[in-house]
This record gives sequence, structure tokens and C-alpha cells, in this order.
Amino acid sequence: MMLGLDFPPISHAVEWPDIFGEGAFAVNKVVLLMWISVLLVAGFFIIAGRKQQLVPTGAQNVGESVVDFVREGIIMQTMGKDGLGYAPFLITIFSYIFVCNIWEIVPGAQMPVNARIALPALMAILVWLVFNVVGFKNQGIGYLKNVCFPPGVPWPLYILVTPIEFVSVFLVRPLSLSVRLFANMLAGHLLLISFAVLTTALWDATKIGAVLPFALLVALTGFEILVAGLQAYIFTILTAVFIAGSQHPEH
Amino acid sequence: MLHVLAEQDPGELVQGLTAVGRGIVYGGAAIGPGIGIGIVVGNAITAMARQPEAAGMVRTTMFLGIAFTEALALFGFVLAFIISG
Repeated sequence: MMLGLDFPPISHAVEWPDIFGEGAFAVNKVVLLMWISVLLVAGFFIIAGRKQQLVPTGAQNVGESVVDFVREGIIMQTMGKDGLGYAPFLITIFSYIFVCNIWEIVPGAQMPVNARIALPALMAILVWLVFNVVGFKNQGIGYLKNVCFPPGVPWPLYILVTPIEFVSVFLVRPLSLSVRLFANMLAGHLLLISFAVLTTALWDATKIGAVLPFALLVALTGFEILVAGLQAYIFTILTAVFIAGSQHPEH
Repeated sequence: MLHVLAEQDPGELVQGLTAVGRGIVYGGAAIGPGIGIGIVVGNAITAMARQPEAAGMVRTTMFLGIAFTEALALFGFVLAFIISG
């Protein structure tokens, strides 16, 4: 028996109709979710930090564990003590990306904001600006020299090393940073869609056949929570590594 | 064989070849990173088993290595969508 499996084209999976506004400033579901994420993250940390108690409870407890995770798990591991000044920036990036990603599995929303390239690209450009400004501020014009001519390389190799280092630091870093987040979230979104479509098609056709894809769908939803956290962690840790690299020249 | 090809609409052939190309692009891009991530994680586990007290540092470095290796496969994934017939 042939099952009429009607998989939606990729444009249907990530494009949403405009809710209001026109042209380039039109607001659709993805933009709305992005704004809600800003309010959620800002509101959460304002509430968590308003009444500070010695023994934290409720929101302050969660907020402190996020701050502690970023400080101990990311900054101290990659940047050391010098990087603690960047903690607010990195905590903001981490929690904002995590909230934007988690919309993927929230019933009713089910659209990760980062499955469109716009937000990851913007954040990658921001990170690119930050680590370059930090580099020029700490090392002056020598930053360019340290990036393009890493010390400890025999000089004939500079013909090869210099173009590679320049391209990989200034061009590939922001590209791979944004594409990594975007492609991971898009892949997860498509995976969930495929199994949801498969489940409904098998339910219509055979009822009993839908059990297996539905079980996988539930398992994959759990897996996507892990991916959402992991991608936020990886974006933040790479930002920390890039900033640490431009803070101190390589020896 | 040639008769069959001649009877077909050329647009269909392009569509089919596009689909094949997408599959090859993503499949090819996944080979290297697949092996690479295996090596990264395998060696990280060896390191953690030999020196459990360094597990935190090894885990951080492992995620960094995975992120750099995985990027190549993701470029292939995105490229597969960009290819259009």
C-alpha cells in the first residue's frame, strides 16, 4: 500500500505570514518570538536581581546558577580571571540564545528564532566587532601583526600561513559562528517536522503504525532541549575563546 | 534508455539531478566531520578516564573541538538547501 506522505517544502517550514507592518519592516511570528525572548530574558534577570537575599530562593536561585555556570564553566575555563569583566556580555548572549532556541519545542510556538539566519548573523557580527575592538584596544596595531604573523613559524611558511590566518580569523570566524547556530536549529526543526508529518500520515492510514514515529518524536523533543542548551553554550564559549585570543597575543 | 530520456520533460531531469546533487553534497560533507568528531570524542574519553580530575577542562576543550569540526558538515547542510535546479 502506498502512503501519501506529503512533506511540506522547506519554505513552508520556516516562512510565516506577516502579522502586521509592511515590506522590510513587516512583523511575523519569528520577530514576535524574538521580541518576547528579549522581554523574557530582561524581565527574568530584573526580577532575579531585585531583592537579593543571602540564601537565594525562586528566580534568584535560577539566575545565580546561570551566572555561576557562565562564570565558572565558560569564562574561568577559557579566559581566566581577566575575562570576568566580559561576564555580563557572555551571560546575555547565553541566556538570549537559549530562550530563542527553546521556542522550538514550546507548544504553540514551535519555531526556533535561530532557524532563520538573521538573528545568528547579527549576533556573529556583534561578536566579530567585540573581539576586534578588544584586540586593537589591548595590542594596538600589533593585533593585525599578531594575527597574520603568528610567532614561532619559520619565515618561508608565512607565504602560506598569513593568508590562511587572515581569512580564518576575519572572514570564516563570523561565518562559521552564525552558520553553526543557524544550521543546528534548522536541522532540529526539520527533524521534528519530518517525524510529526510521518506520525500524522501513519495515524490516518493505519493507527497502530503511528506508535513508533510518535515515540521517536517524543524522544527527539527531549534531544532538542539538549541541543538548544548545547548550541547556546558553544556560541558563548567560542565568543569567550575569540575574545581571550585577542586580549593576549599568542606566545 | 535513450528513448526514455528523450520522452521526458527536461525540467524533470534537472529536478532529479538537483535532488541527487543535494544528497551528494550533504553526504560528502558529513564523511570527514563524522570521522573527526569520533576522533575528538574518543580521545577526550581516553583523557578523562586516565585523569578524572582534569575532566572539566577536557570537556570544555572537547566541545570546542566538536564545534570546529562540526562546522564543515553544517556548511554542507546549508549548501544542500542553497543548490536549486
